[in-house]
Amino acid sequence: MTHWTRKDLLGLEELTKEELELLLQQAEAFKEVSLRPIKKVPALRGRTVALCFLEPSTRTRASFELAAKRLSADILSFQGASSSIVKGESVLDTARNIEAMRVDVLVLRHNTSGVAAAVARGVRCSVVNAGDGSHEHPTQGLVDLYTIREKKGRIEGLNVVIVGDILHSRVARSDLWGLTKMGAKVTLCGPPTLVPIVMENLGARISYRLEEALEGADVVIALRLQLERQQEQYIPSFREYTRLYGIDRAKLERAKPDLIVMHPGPVNRGLELSPEVADGPQSVILDQVTNGIAVRMAALYLVSGAHQGQATELPEPSPQGVRA
Amino acid sequence: MKGSVLDAEGIRKSVARIAHEIVERNRNNGRLCVVGIRTRGDHLARRLAKILQEITGSPVPVGALDITLYRDDLSRLEASPVVHATEIPFDVSGCRIIVVDDVLFTGRTVRAAMDALADLGRPEAVELAVLVDRGHRELPIKPDYVGKNLPTAKEDLVQVRLTESDGLDEVVIEARAA
Repeated sequence: MTHWTRKDLLGLEELTKEELELLLQQAEAFKEVSLRPIKKVPALRGRTVALCFLEPSTRTRASFELAAKRLSADILSFQGASSSIVKGESVLDTARNIEAMRVDVLVLRHNTSGVAAAVARGVRCSVVNAGDGSHEHPTQGLVDLYTIREKKGRIEGLNVVIVGDILHSRVARSDLWGLTKMGAKVTLCGPPTLVPIVMENLGARISYRLEEALEGADVVIALRLQLERQQEQYIPSFREYTRLYGIDRAKLERAKPDLIVMHPGPVNRGLELSPEVADGPQSVILDQVTNGIAVRMAALYLVSGAHQGQATELPEPSPQGVRA
Repeated sequence: MKGSVLDAEGIRKSVARIAHEIVERNRNNGRLCVVGIRTRGDHLARRLAKILQEITGSPVPVGALDITLYRDDLSRLEASPVVHATEIPFDVSGCRIIVVDDVLFTGRTVRAAMDALADLGRPEAVELAVLVDRGHRELPIKPDYVGKNLPTAKEDLVQVRLTESDGLDEVVIEARAA
């Protein structure tokens, strides 16, 4: 069995298949903890986990917080609006200040791609990327891998369709890296403006017709249309998007009966998923939420064990740092 | 230097004797359950439960305990050790639990196992059965059932191999050159 040697969890792109397997296997072991009457193990007793969410998040933050609590870690919580970031402090400065308070793991969400990696290079504590811009959201990618394997018994050889705003989605990228490494066949589907053709180079098939993509699919992952990012510039109208790419019962009729429907949440009901699909028997959306805690416990447990004695690049002085 | 401590027959006899001692001591004593500490204690627990079942004629529930998350040296290790699932398919509350491990050495594993059990409920009683007690305790822990008492030097390596994980049954001691 491989051992985890990375200080940080920044994305699924750099992980080997063995490391992905280890994370999934550890998540499996941690799942049982949440089923106990006493949902707590002392593994990270005395450690401190800082949750630094510089972009709004409810579910991921809650999931990380519960994961850390169930490992007995202490938690320090920062949110964008109330932190010094609004006073103009750079993210790296913030991270170094948090680290100076002897924090062991920094969970970081930021709206700019690459921030987690930049911060990880500048601090000695472990960094877990909880979403950076449109780059990666590794723990969500792992949740999807875990949930698919739990429901289907395997990942290798499955046909997985990811539908929606691929262009802006960090979940899509993490899913794509993880799924292809584990041997699944991935189809990216959505309007041409939101599905970059270059992603074919990453081993995905591209499709602009959902009905066609769903034929023979085992899993469909619907992505959230990020209404707050004014995506109407990319699509003629939400109504047209729903007609072409929204998943409803009619579109599922032509797909395999054991197809499972996933969504990283929060769902825009009636937009990317019709309510009868979101709440239907094929939906595993709430299982994804449940599994999120086990996956994040595994991630926190593995990185916090690996950072001791691990050499880190020395922080480079940068005049402006990474701006929020 | 290497020496054999128990062969397959020796292991079989030890487990059988422990089973009889357990039944003797726990007659009319409530619900008996066996919990093995992963991984070799788990195998021994299954063997023990099977014999207990044959003697008492009633089913004896078996569980497997992974104590990794309860280790007292987690913050001192270089890498997080791999965690395996704890599978205890019954409510431990009110049970008389026999904790089973292959080798009893410092007692730290057993301490961790007791903490882990306490998080799962409140057993009526907990007893400890080990295949080999090699001494050198670092905590006040004493086994209730012992397959073999083995005087060792602290640096010696005692290895238990079981068919389920290693393909054969044997216990060997390897003296380390000091």
